[in-house]
Amino acid sequence: MMSKGNKQTRVVNWPVTILLIAGCLTIFFPLYMALIIALKQPSEMTNNIAGALSFPQTWSLANFREAMQVTDFWNSLGNSLLITVATVVISIILHGMAGYAIGRSMKQSKIYNIIYMFIVSGMFVPFAILMMPLVKQTAQMGIANRFGVILLYVVFYMPLNVMLYRGYLSNIPVAIEEAARVDGASTWKIYWTIIFPMMKPMHATVAVLTAMSTWNDVMTPLVIMSGTGKNTLPLAQLNFQTQFGTNYNLAFASYILALIPILLFYIVCQKQIINGVANGAVK
Amino acid sequence: MKGDRDRKRTFMLITIPILALFICFNTLPLIKGFIYSFTNFKGYGSYDWVGGRNYVDLFTDGRVGRSYLFTFKYAIVGTILTNVISLVIALGLNSKIKGKSVLRGIYFIPNVLGGLVIGYIFSFFFTYILPVVGQSLGIEALSSSMLSSTSQAWIAIVIVGCWQAIAMNTIIYISGLQTVPEDIYEAGAIDGVTGWRKFKDLTFPLIIPFFGINMVLSMKNFLMVFDQVMALTKGGPAQSTESISYLIYNNGMSGGQFGFQSANAFLFFVTIVVISVVQMTITNKKEEQL
Repeated sequence: MMSKGNKQTRVVNWPVTILLIAGCLTIFFPLYMALIIALKQPSEMTNNIAGALSFPQTWSLANFREAMQVTDFWNSLGNSLLITVATVVISIILHGMAGYAIGRSMKQSKIYNIIYMFIVSGMFVPFAILMMPLVKQTAQMGIANRFGVILLYVVFYMPLNVMLYRGYLSNIPVAIEEAARVDGASTWKIYWTIIFPMMKPMHATVAVLTAMSTWNDVMTPLVIMSGTGKNTLPLAQLNFQTQFGTNYNLAFASYILALIPILLFYIVCQKQIINGVANGAVK
Repeated sequence: MKGDRDRKRTFMLITIPILALFICFNTLPLIKGFIYSFTNFKGYGSYDWVGGRNYVDLFTDGRVGRSYLFTFKYAIVGTILTNVISLVIALGLNSKIKGKSVLRGIYFIPNVLGGLVIGYIFSFFFTYILPVVGQSLGIEALSSSMLSSTSQAWIAIVIVGCWQAIAMNTIIYISGLQTVPEDIYEAGAIDGVTGWRKFKDLTFPLIIPFFGINMVLSMKNFLMVFDQVMALTKGGPAQSTESISYLIYNNGMSGGQFGFQSANAFLFFVTIVVISVVQMTITNKKEEQL
C-alpha cells in the first residue's frame, strides 16, 4: 500500500505539462517580438512576417543607445526608482503604525472602528474621480511634482495596507506587549522593538504590492507631474511617442529598456512577489 | 494605570495625523469633485452653479452612454474570459507536472509588466503582424488591422487586458486549490468521481471564496481600464473604445468639461461601489449555502 501511494505521487502528468509549456509561447511571443525588433535596423523591417520576427542581420545595441538618449532614460529610471522606493518606505512606516494603532484600539473603542471602516472604504474610490480635484489641489499647494506623487501614492495604498497590517496583527497576541509593558517599556518603544520586527512577513507583502502598483502606474504621474518636464519610466514611453514616429526599432528598444528593471526585480524576488500578491489578494 | 494612558495617547498621536493625511488627499478631493459636479466649471476661469443639470445631461449624452457600453462590454467579457482561462491554467499548474515552480513563475510574468508598454507592443502586433497572418491564411476578418475597425478594436483591448489579468487570477486560484485537502479527492476517487464531475462537485465548491475574490478584483480592474486604451486606440476609432476613465481624463482635463466630467466620475464611483457590493453579497451567500 505504501509503495503504491508513493509511486502515484511520482507519476508526471505529461500531457498537461506539454500543454502548459506550449502555453508559455503566448507569454514569450510578444516579448520575443519586442526584443527582436529592438535589435534590428529600420531597413530590415520588410513588409512581411519574417521582416518583423526573424533574427537581425547584425546584432547591435545601437537602438538601445539611441533610445536612452531620446527618452532621457537614466533620469526617468531615477525618478521611477525614487518615487517607488520612497512610497514603499513611507508606506511601511506609516501604514504599519496606523494598522497597529487602529487595530489594537478597535476592541475598546467605537471611534476607531469607524476610522478603520472609513479608511478601508477608500479602496472603492477610483482615481478617475479624485484626479481632477487633485490636479488643482496639488498645484495650489505647490506639490505638483515628484513629492506630490509620492504623497498621493501613500494615501491611495493606505486602505489596502492598513487592512493587511490590521489583519496580520489580529493573530499576534496582546500578551506579548503586556509583558513588555510590565517591564516599563513605552507603547512607542514596544511597537518599534517588538511589533514592527514581528510584522516582517507583512512588510514584504506590502512592499511588493505597493512597489508593483507604483512602478507601473501611468495615470498619477501623467496628470500630476505633467508641468515639471520630469518623467517616470512608463510616462517617458507615452511622452516620446511622437519622437519615435514610425521608427519602431527605436520605440521597441525603449520599451525593452522600460521592462528590464521590473523583470530583473521579478527574477531576483520571484518567490516574495508571488507570495506577496497572493497574500494581499486573499486576505 | 499609567501604561494604559500612555498606550491610548500614543495610538491617538499616531492615528490623527495619518487620518488627516487621508482626509486631505482622498476625502477632500472626493467632496470637491462632488461639488464641482453641480457647476459648469471648465477647469479654468469662472463658473456658475447649474444644479443637477450635469447629471440629467449624463443620461442623454451619446458619448457618455457609448463609453459606459464599451466599458461594461469590455469588463464583462474580460472578467469571464480571464476567470475561465486562469482557472484552467491554475488546475494545470496545480496538477502533477514537471517543472512546476518554473512554469508558475513564467505564467506570472505578464502581471509584473506595465500595462502601457505592453499595450504599445501589442499595438504593433495587431497593426503589422496579425493582418499579414490573416491575409496569408485567407481569413477576411483578420486581414486588416483590428485596431482600425470600430467593430473589432474592443476585442483587441480585451485580449491585451486578459493577457495581463490572467496572470494575477491564476496565482489566486492556485492558492485556492492548495487549500483543498488531498483526502477529499481520495474519497471522491473511491466513489468513482472523475473528470468534469470531480471539478464541479468537489473542487469548485471548495474554492468559491477564491472565485469570489477573483470576480470582484478583475471586474473592478477591468472597469477602471485606462493604460491599454491609451496605448492601443486612444479611444478610437470613432470613439468606439473610449473607456469611462479615459473619457473623464480626456474631456475633463483638457476638453473644458471639468464640471460635467466630475458628475460622470461621481456616477462611475457609485457604479463601482454598487457592483462590488452586489458581487460580494452574491459570493457570500453562495458560501453560506455550502
